[in-house]
This record gives sequence, C-alpha cells and structure tokens, in this order.
Amino acid sequence: MKYKSQKVAYWFFAFAMLLLVLQIVYGFIMGFSRVGYDVLHDFIPFNTARAVHTNLLVVWLLTGFMGAAYYIIPEEAERELVGIKWAYVQLISLAVVGVVAVVGYHFNYWEGRKFLEIPRPLDYLVVVNVLLFLGLILGTLFKSKKRTTTALVLTLGLVFAALLYLPGMIWFDNQTTDSFFRWWVVHLWVEGVWELILGGILSFLLIKLTGVDREVIEKWLYVIVGLTFISGILGTGHHYYYIGAGKMWLIVGGIFSALEPLAFLGMALFAIAMYRKGEKKHPNKIALNWTIGTAIVAFVGAGLLGLAHTLPQVNMYTHGTLVTAMHGHLAFWGAYAMIVFAFVSYAMPNLTGRKLYETARGTYAFWLANIGMMGMTVGFGVAGVAQVYLERKMGMEFGDVQNEIKVHFYIVIACAAMFATGVGLYIYEFIKYGKPNDEALIPENTPDNAALV
Amino acid sequence: MLLSKKNARVFFFGGTIVTFAVFIVMSVQTLVKEVPVKTHEENLSKEVIAGKKLWEANNCMGCHTIMGEGAYYAPELTKVYERRGEGYIKAVLQSSVPWSPRGRKMVAYNFSDREAEDMIAFFKWIGEIDLNGFPPKPEYKINKNTK
Repeated sequence: MKYKSQKVAYWFFAFAMLLLVLQIVYGFIMGFSRVGYDVLHDFIPFNTARAVHTNLLVVWLLTGFMGAAYYIIPEEAERELVGIKWAYVQLISLAVVGVVAVVGYHFNYWEGRKFLEIPRPLDYLVVVNVLLFLGLILGTLFKSKKRTTTALVLTLGLVFAALLYLPGMIWFDNQTTDSFFRWWVVHLWVEGVWELILGGILSFLLIKLTGVDREVIEKWLYVIVGLTFISGILGTGHHYYYIGAGKMWLIVGGIFSALEPLAFLGMALFAIAMYRKGEKKHPNKIALNWTIGTAIVAFVGAGLLGLAHTLPQVNMYTHGTLVTAMHGHLAFWGAYAMIVFAFVSYAMPNLTGRKLYETARGTYAFWLANIGMMGMTVGFGVAGVAQVYLERKMGMEFGDVQNEIKVHFYIVIACAAMFATGVGLYIYEFIKYGKPNDEALIPENTPDNAALV
Repeated sequence: MLLSKKNARVFFFGGTIVTFAVFIVMSVQTLVKEVPVKTHEENLSKEVIAGKKLWEANNCMGCHTIMGEGAYYAPELTKVYERRGEGYIKAVLQSSVPWSPRGRKMVAYNFSDREAEDMIAFFKWIGEIDLNGFPPKPEYKINKNTK
C-alpha cells in the first residue's frame, strides 16, 4: 500500500468475511429445512433465515465494496483519505445497524419486502451511514488534482447505489406500485449501478495485475458500463411482466433483457484479453484467478442463466420458482462475491507485507468454492425445472411438488458443504495474513506495475 | 484504433441518458395509466391496506410468493382466495399450532378475526389484478396427494 489510511480497508474486509460466514450458516438452515429437518423452526423459521441470508449478502457485499473503495480511492487520487477516523466510525455504525437488523429479524422486527427487509427506522441510519461514507470518498477525490476514469466509474456506482436506496423507503398502499419501486432498488442495483462498482474494481485490478496501459483498460471500461446501462435500465422490464404493469414491458423488457448478457460477455472477453495482452504478470496468482474468474462466472451466472428465464414466454412459467434461486446464486457469487474475493486477495499482501501469492490453500479455496457453487446452481436448476413442469404444467399441488424435488436438495447441501469448505479456507488464509502494518508501506511514486518489474 | 476513449465515454453517458429517459417515460405511463386500471385501485379498501401491512409485518414473502415474488418455500398466493376460499385461509391464519400440510411448517400466527379478515381482503384484491396471464393455467390436473 502507498497510503496509511488504506489500512481501514482491512477492517471492512474482516467484517465482510464475518457476515459471509453467518450468511452461509443461515443458508444451511434453509437447506436442511427443505429436506425436512426444520428443527430450528420455533426460533428461526424459514422466513427469518431467508431474510437474514439475503440481507447479510447485501450487507457483506456492500461492506466489501466500501473496503475496496477505501483502498482504491487514495491510490487513484494519490493522497491520504480525508477524515480517516470517520471511516472507522462509519464501519462501527454500519456494524451496529447490521447487528440490530439481523437480531430484529428473529423477533418479527422487519419489513417483509424481499431484499429490503431492514425496518424503516434503521433505513434512516443506513442513509446517514452511507452519506458519511460518500462524504469521505468524495472529499478525498475533491481534494486531489488527479481524476481517473476508474475512480470516476467506481464513485458514480457508489453514489447511484445510495440514491437508488431511497425509492425503496416509500410506503405504497398498492402492492403493484410497491413492487414496481422495490425493483428500482433491487434490479437497478444488481443489474445496473453495482456493475459500475464491479467494473471500477475490475479495471483497477486489471491495471495492477496485468500491466496493460491504463488508457486501454479504461476505454473498454466505458464501453462495458455503457452496455450495462443500455441493456440493464430497460431490462428492469423483466420484473414488470406479471405484477400488474402494462404489456409493453413484455416487449421492451424482453428485448433489453436479452441484451444484458452482452455487458457480461464484454467484461469476460475484456478481462481475458487484458490478461493475455499483459506481458508481465503480477506474481499474485490467486488474485489473478479470482479476477479472471469473476468476469467469467458473472457472464455464466448473471448473463446466461439470467437470459435463460427472462424471455416473457419462459418467465411466465419460471417466475416465482426455484429457477430464480438457481440464477440468483451463481449471479451474486460470480459478479459480486468473487470481485470482493479478488480484491481482498489483491489487497491483503499489500496491506500486511506478507506475500502469500500462490499458496496451496488459496488455490484450493478458489476451486472448491467455485465448483461447490456450480454444483449448487445445478441442484437448484434441476429442482426448479422439475418444479416448473410438475406445478405449472401438470397442475400438481405445491407441497406435493416440493416432496418430489426434495432429493435435489441433498445435492445442493452436499455442494454447499464443498462451497463452504472453499470459503472456509479462504477465510483461514485471510486470518493467516494477520493485521495490516506500516512496514508494508511503499513509496508514493511507485508505478502501478511496480510488482511486475 | 477506431474507438477512442472519448468516443467510449460518449457511448456510456449518451446511452445511459437515453435509456434512462425512456425508462422514466414508460414508468410514468405505467404508474399513471396502467396500474390504477389493472389493479382496480378503486377497490383498495381500508381492509386491503391493513392486510398489506400484516403481509409485510410478518414477512410472508419470506416463505410464500405473491405475484410470483418472494421465497419459494411455501405456495404461491396470488390466487389463494379463488383456490382455497375464505374458510380455509382463516383456519390457517388463526391456527395456534404450526400449520403443516405435507410436512412443511408454517409459523402459527394465531390471528384475530379482524386480522384474518384483513388478510383475506388483501388476497381477494390481489387475486383480481390483471397480471398479463400469470399464474399460467396448468395444462393437466394431477391429483396425487403425498400427504
């Protein structure tokens, strides 16, 4: 690292890892409920586990993004973060809000709107927290003379993500209107502005890891985020097919959703092309694995598997079935979890000075987690497709169908165990790195590709 | 190189602004012209709204789906009023032990008469929304019951 204030990123990463562990635990609770072992029903019924599972996902990813931003922005702006103490205050307050929300879910303290379960009073605290975060990031950028495209795209993503949280905080009497705006938050986050964050982080990593010229990488970054928004904004229409909105969304949503994989394809081709173009590779093989991996798995999970059920004719049958869970798992993993893992793998040696660039543990972590998640995706997919045919085509009762497809959840659980082992190894490696220290500081004017030469 | 960084930037900002403008126009059209008609907004009674509040306060979407949205652990409830009728729904909501048809448990909500009726009003209203053909009608009807 070049700036002392970058050290705060470590604590964000550590908190993110902790939440991820909890997310996985709650995932297992749900998995076991599905095969009949809902032994915790009295304390943690399925809807509690589900709210915890998805909210922890959102919070740990955002925590990871924030950590990445606190690392990237000083380096791109070439100065220390402003008000570094406030960054720690922000983390602690975020943790407090997160803990209160998660505990609250166990006591019926929530707002039952998928992904936005955080109760309204806590929403206001989230807003204050995010404003503080943005204040520090923007303050640092304004005080610097240097404006890079990577920093701009990352910051735009973070600012829009904050703005888009607001439509989710309005009460509507009409369920359709409520749902309509809920997707402004959820869809425009994950298939819109979060991709800017993903693109910004990916671009930073590629600049550092491949040694390709910044101008080339940033040019393609604009093309990719351009494709993301052009397809993703009107692609919101695929959530409006069957919730009481007009039929024109079937056409517009169908066409633009079909274009959404292009952005991810672009990203995958771009990452691979830059990797091949880079003549000198960074010795941090594990970070490189995760970086190229995120681009490819995002294309498969978010791009292709999304396309698999966004055509209106298909979605009519798959909407509200386990097919969505199939797509959701690999999409979030590939596009967002893996980019955080990539960034943490890149940043840890620089923060701590320990160069665990190509350990067996790190390599196993990568493959076990990825193969495990692929297996889970297949399990959800088989269960989902069977559900579609039995329930929607053949007219079997929901509960009967669930009993028929139960067997696939044993596969999901087995694969989840493999996935969890991979993640466990990754976190063990994270702990092995130890804490960040000032001895890892390198001179400010060290070039981007210093480690390569 | 044909494409300069400047062109790429124009592509990004230009594309975003144009598609966002179209999105806003379509959203306004939907919310002002379509939703009130398709959802029969005139039928949004006090009871329906109270039902929606209960729906959210208990995170029903954490297990069920409605209009295809939610979790996939418990049945889709868009047409539950038509499918099960009032009596059945009331019995489920007022049960003091976990309702568990076919082995999967629901939280015992122990609702009052008032709450159950609000919930039923909400389901009835939801069931009447024009959802462009969702949920699809099954092509066959199988009556296997595994209990």
